[in-house]
Amino acid sequence: MTAPRPRAMRDALLERIWQGMAADERLFFVAADFGAPTLDRIRSDFPNRFVNVGIAEQNLINVSAGLALEGFKVFAYAIAPFITMRCYEQCRTNLALLSTVRTMNVTLVGVGAGYSYVVSGPTHQCYEDITLMRALPGFRVLSPADHVTAGALFDHCAGRTGLKYLRFDAQNLPVLYGETAPDLTQGFTLLRDGTDASVVATGYMVHTALKVAERLAEDGIHLAVVDLFDLSGFDQDALARLLAARPTLISMEEGFSGRGGVDSLLRDLLSRQGLERPTLGIGVEPAYRFELGDRATLHEQVGIGPAVAETRVRAFLERQ
Amino acid sequence: MDLRAKADWVWRQTLEVYRRAPEVRLASSLSPIEIFVALYYGGLLRFDPQHPGWEERDRCIISKGHGSICMYPILADLGFFPAEELERVCQAGSFLGGIPDPVIPGYETVNGSLGHGLGVASGMALGLKVKGMPQDVVVVTGDGELHEGANWEAIMFAAQNRLDNLTLIVDDNRICMLGFTDEINSLGKLADRLGGFGWDCLEVDGHDVMAVHGALTHLKKARNGRPKALVARTIKGRGVPGLENAPLSHIMSPKIELIDALLQDSRP
Repeated sequence: MTAPRPRAMRDALLERIWQGMAADERLFFVAADFGAPTLDRIRSDFPNRFVNVGIAEQNLINVSAGLALEGFKVFAYAIAPFITMRCYEQCRTNLALLSTVRTMNVTLVGVGAGYSYVVSGPTHQCYEDITLMRALPGFRVLSPADHVTAGALFDHCAGRTGLKYLRFDAQNLPVLYGETAPDLTQGFTLLRDGTDASVVATGYMVHTALKVAERLAEDGIHLAVVDLFDLSGFDQDALARLLAARPTLISMEEGFSGRGGVDSLLRDLLSRQGLERPTLGIGVEPAYRFELGDRATLHEQVGIGPAVAETRVRAFLERQ
Repeated sequence: MDLRAKADWVWRQTLEVYRRAPEVRLASSLSPIEIFVALYYGGLLRFDPQHPGWEERDRCIISKGHGSICMYPILADLGFFPAEELERVCQAGSFLGGIPDPVIPGYETVNGSLGHGLGVASGMALGLKVKGMPQDVVVVTGDGELHEGANWEAIMFAAQNRLDNLTLIVDDNRICMLGFTDEINSLGKLADRLGGFGWDCLEVDGHDVMAVHGALTHLKKARNGRPKALVARTIKGRGVPGLENAPLSHIMSPKIELIDALLQDSRP
């Protein structure tokens, strides 16, 4: 079996939404003037259940909330930093708060995780969303690492009431899962086994973690690599068992380091499970930068590229 | 139904709530009384107090939540909840808070934070149209609340999407927390501005309950592809000496003795 060709996460999901809309007249798509070729099919085939609110993310969320109150299963679509931070209070008040007393099914699809809008600069890049969206009770934060996972999220989201935030990369990432999507109920996948450390990564950084593991394996250092794609609903006991079986823990995220992201959720998990493990958090140095470069170069500058990550992991493991 | 007598009764009842729970915002809850009386007693809204979420109800989104304490006696009177609940406003265990929340039967959405109602209502209005349902969506905001930019995103959206099942009622008492709206961030001639965005807009004396009812009846009938608005000119703190039209009335708390005297005087 050959692995499928890498595709954009959004295209994989939009295709499933397009198929779903034909079968389920309660599916509604709301966009904030942000498009893709696949989106045009949704717009032309389902004009009554597609609406573009324009460049107006606050209204994107409010209109989505109103449609959800009328019983629609809503997918709201915009660029990641704008669908989270431009309208954070709308997400809090009209989704997180309101959904505690009303049945609502709303999925926010944010495209542009981390540095994936490489040349657009810090306004379009997104290093804060994991922290912010996990702070809202009721939101499920899902961060896939390939388009196969992204497409599989359709059933997971449309078929389940509640709120979800999908954090999509804007670039085509290598395929991890072939024809078979990962087990979404567990919320994570052990992609590569190893005995020296658990590396838990999300999104793009899963691929970096695999590269680092590959290089260290040449020197007899064996890292287990976990793709953590469900950042709020993962099976905590199962992940804790996995972490307990290895002596050290390393997190990798394309988000600010030490600011409540994946590093923090893992330390919190260790603490609540009564586990003590030396930890290393690899994340973006918390500062805004305007330097231009390709994604790999930018990653090396902010401390998360494969080379700098490899150096930091080696130093960390040598200290143990 | 004698709407004038009902409005007078609601005014007194609102003072009674304030007597027991002076934490509530009184001044901004006295300006919209005739708006709510016209809506809820004038046959303009369909609702079922026993089933607040009845799908065929007209949706009334009370966006100026803190300034709608007058709805507590109205909802109790109509049977949404027992009148005894009015004795417990702001007390532990009560669902009637200092700012109304959607745990109260009859409240649709979260209203504590301003500027949210119109956008959510626009989504509901669009949803009703797509479902082929004829119900109306009515939103009540304050005038100061329209400073929030999200309202103007919704105002454009509603016109663009021809939401003629949507009616915005502005309780135009012309005072924010720190003074007169015109001196803080003027909305100018609001009716003209809404008209410029493609809305059909009427203006009315918001304390003439028959005029409010007449205007809303006219707007309710119109389904011509344009969203509708009523600017109701009102007086913040109406009927309470010292509070009425005072620039800082939003944060003023009249003495209970004054309220007692007013209730004594106004009793027939």
